[in-house]
Amino acid sequence: MPRVEVLKTYKIAIGGQLPRTESGRYYPLTGKNGTPLANVSLSSRKDLRNAVVAARSACGGWSGRAAFNRGQILYRIAEMMEGRKAQFIDELMLQGSSRAAAEKEVTMSIDRLVYYSGWCDKYQQSFGTVNPVASSHFNFSVPEPTGVVAIVAPEESGLLGLVSVVAPCIAGGNTCVVLASEQRPLSSITFAEVLATSDVPGGVVNILTGTTKELLSHFASHMDVNALVYCRHDAAEKMSIVQLGAGNVKRTMVWEKDWTKDEQENPYLLLELQEIKTTWHPIENIGASGAKY
Amino acid sequence: MKNSNALPDFRTSPVVDHVGIEERVARFTTRSIKKASKVQALKLALNMIDLTTLEGKDTPGKVAQMCYKALHLCDQLPGLPTVAAVCVYPTHVRQAKAALSGSPIKVASVATAFPSGNTTREIKLSDTRFAVSEGADEVDMVISRGEFLQGNYAFVHDEIAAVKEACGSARLKVILETGELSTLDNVRRASDIAIHAGADFIKTSTGKIQPAATMPVTLVMLQAIKDHYYKTGKMVGMKPAGGISTAKLAVQYLVMLHETLGDAWMTNQWFRFGASSLANDLLMQVAKEARGPYQGKDYFSND
Repeated sequence: MPRVEVLKTYKIAIGGQLPRTESGRYYPLTGKNGTPLANVSLSSRKDLRNAVVAARSACGGWSGRAAFNRGQILYRIAEMMEGRKAQFIDELMLQGSSRAAAEKEVTMSIDRLVYYSGWCDKYQQSFGTVNPVASSHFNFSVPEPTGVVAIVAPEESGLLGLVSVVAPCIAGGNTCVVLASEQRPLSSITFAEVLATSDVPGGVVNILTGTTKELLSHFASHMDVNALVYCRHDAAEKMSIVQLGAGNVKRTMVWEKDWTKDEQENPYLLLELQEIKTTWHPIENIGASGAKY
Repeated sequence: MKNSNALPDFRTSPVVDHVGIEERVARFTTRSIKKASKVQALKLALNMIDLTTLEGKDTPGKVAQMCYKALHLCDQLPGLPTVAAVCVYPTHVRQAKAALSGSPIKVASVATAFPSGNTTREIKLSDTRFAVSEGADEVDMVISRGEFLQGNYAFVHDEIAAVKEACGSARLKVILETGELSTLDNVRRASDIAIHAGADFIKTSTGKIQPAATMPVTLVMLQAIKDHYYKTGKMVGMKPAGGISTAKLAVQYLVMLHETLGDAWMTNQWFRFGASSLANDLLMQVAKEARGPYQGKDYFSND
């Protein structure tokens, strides 16, 4: 008797756990010839709500962690991905990539994590400044994480696109809730399984699968989300996030980029998700001693 | 010939079916409460809160701020009730009473060497009298868990009765500290003792011991209240305290209350939540229903 293969149900990632969607709904994903690939969770707004709560409670611990340790953890994610390279390549090929393209996408994703792990304890001094002021103050500006970031991940690049946005976000001490690619979601959930086994504290990266039609307005209007990064191309959706995001003066930004380009490895993406805090620290009259800051 | 004034034998309190209680509780959590009924439940829960600060570091400033919060839960949301009471240490009662004068909000005070209760009866009674003389409308006492666990039920009973007498017209809430009683059978027995000794309310916990209030423990206590009501026709109140911090959980408690004791108990005269962070979560859910988007903590006062 021929064996019937077990079709995997891809779950979602909330608060360090991999639960099923609260709604109990799924959508089938099919491969090139219409063969069924997997059942993918169709997340509801309540999953989103729970994910934001998880991201918020993880925020203090993650941003307060030593920068160097955040770098170590990002590097650990890269290590764990390296170990599951074959699975990632298989999944990308199932979703329509050629072997060469899939291999390239996986290695670039790993490299990108290594790249941002290096920046974890370096962007502060690169972007922080000591400012000249005319009064008796030591005046300096330092970047601080924006907080909870909602990410609508790129649609066409299921793994590399996702990693390229999540890495600079968490490298900068933010926590995030990600809506994965709708038609290429498999690697995002496998990525969540990697995160769960690589020292990343629960709640730092929460990954949902589902549709923007159902979830985008809740991402954009949620009062406890501090920034929204939108990586797709729909003009009406871009307009709506700006309008809905105004409710809590959320930072909304559209990142439409070719994620396969090396130029997407840059610290300025990390800086986009930072707030600059300037401190005026009173000091003695420095003019008299001739010192200058 | 049986002496009708003698204490009942508390060893014969009903034995609790642990599995049955868990199953029953699991069902309460599956009720679907939406839209208008949800808003009503949220507002009722707000109205049942004993807003509490019971810390060694309490200051007059903290108490003043909490009393202000009790009066102004969220002025941007019209039609909100106030909380039921504020709950403080005896030394802060006078201040809280003054801050809340003219409002329907009661002042509750813990007494009897809260939270351990490890002191002499004399001190417990004078602690109670002090709280009442400062103006407390309600007194939250702790039972002597050590004596209870040794089987000295008469001691525990008499102590509660003595504190009840010292309370005068103030209502007495008896804290069983269920986290230290180990079994549901003990919880049931302690509930029976407290009710028989004259408690106006029975309360789960001090909030200082984990686990604090849980739904199974609360259900066992509600059943003790129900049995007492059937036997004597007298109502006793219930106050779960500690660990109830989300609106969803609070609504599940209300479901349990309604399905165990019924409509008559669905008021802050007979049911309270001892909580501090629950209020904000309830407010966020009320605001969500009123405004649409999910709310964030940043837009609600801390305490």
